[in-house]
Amino acid sequence: MPATASPDHALIKLAAIGTIAGVFSGLFGVGGGTVIVPLLIFWFGYGERLATGTSLAAIVIIGLFGALAQGGAYGNVHVATGLLLSIPAVVGVVLGTAIQQRIPQRAVSYLFALLLVAIAVELILS
Amino acid sequence: MSELAAALICLAGGMTGGLVGVGGGVLFVPALTVFIGLSQVEGESTSLLMIVVVAIVGAYRQNGYGNVRLREALIIGALSPLGVLSGVALANHLSERALQLAFAALALFMAVQLVRRARTAS
Repeated sequence: MPATASPDHALIKLAAIGTIAGVFSGLFGVGGGTVIVPLLIFWFGYGERLATGTSLAAIVIIGLFGALAQGGAYGNVHVATGLLLSIPAVVGVVLGTAIQQRIPQRAVSYLFALLLVAIAVELILS
Repeated sequence: MSELAAALICLAGGMTGGLVGVGGGVLFVPALTVFIGLSQVEGESTSLLMIVVVAIVGAYRQNGYGNVRLREALIIGALSPLGVLSGVALANHLSERALQLAFAALALFMAVQLVRRARTAS
């Protein structure tokens, strides 16, 4: 797995992933997951399931910082609407994680690549 | 009707999040702006709240499946504000178009690498 990376190197790489994820969520509003998952796979040799699970846990913290900054400083968060629409979203994430355990890890990489291409196309066309 | 459409898109966003480990904001933002009628800034901010809720439940489920390294996740999350600040500074010095194209190129590069890696691993 993480193979030869010394603890120091691992820490620097994790710090880099956190910073890069923050840069992109700050710039484009897309959560850091878009960069966290591929970088955990490329740099740490994580399997797809471990990378996506760890990414979700990191996103909790990244999203909290963002939501607090937006809600606290600017009052732009529509709390009731957000919570109401979170209900179908939570059903979705429970389904999605359950499905993920039943498909080959490789398929997760392909799905992720598809998502990245869609994001790239959207950015180029916008 | 538009509320139903928004709910369905958010269901799809949550499912995408669970499948590939992202927050789902890619779909939450359009659901909130196009179908609920929030402004772009309100949509992105409200989407962040939804992302937190979805990520908590998703990470909890993934932890149950044995797929979370908590320590690593904490380090990544704790250092992200540093990145947000650099991102904002960067946005003030570079054109938005250049940033969009740079991120698009990075996304395409990572997509190719993921596919190549998955193919050789099989």
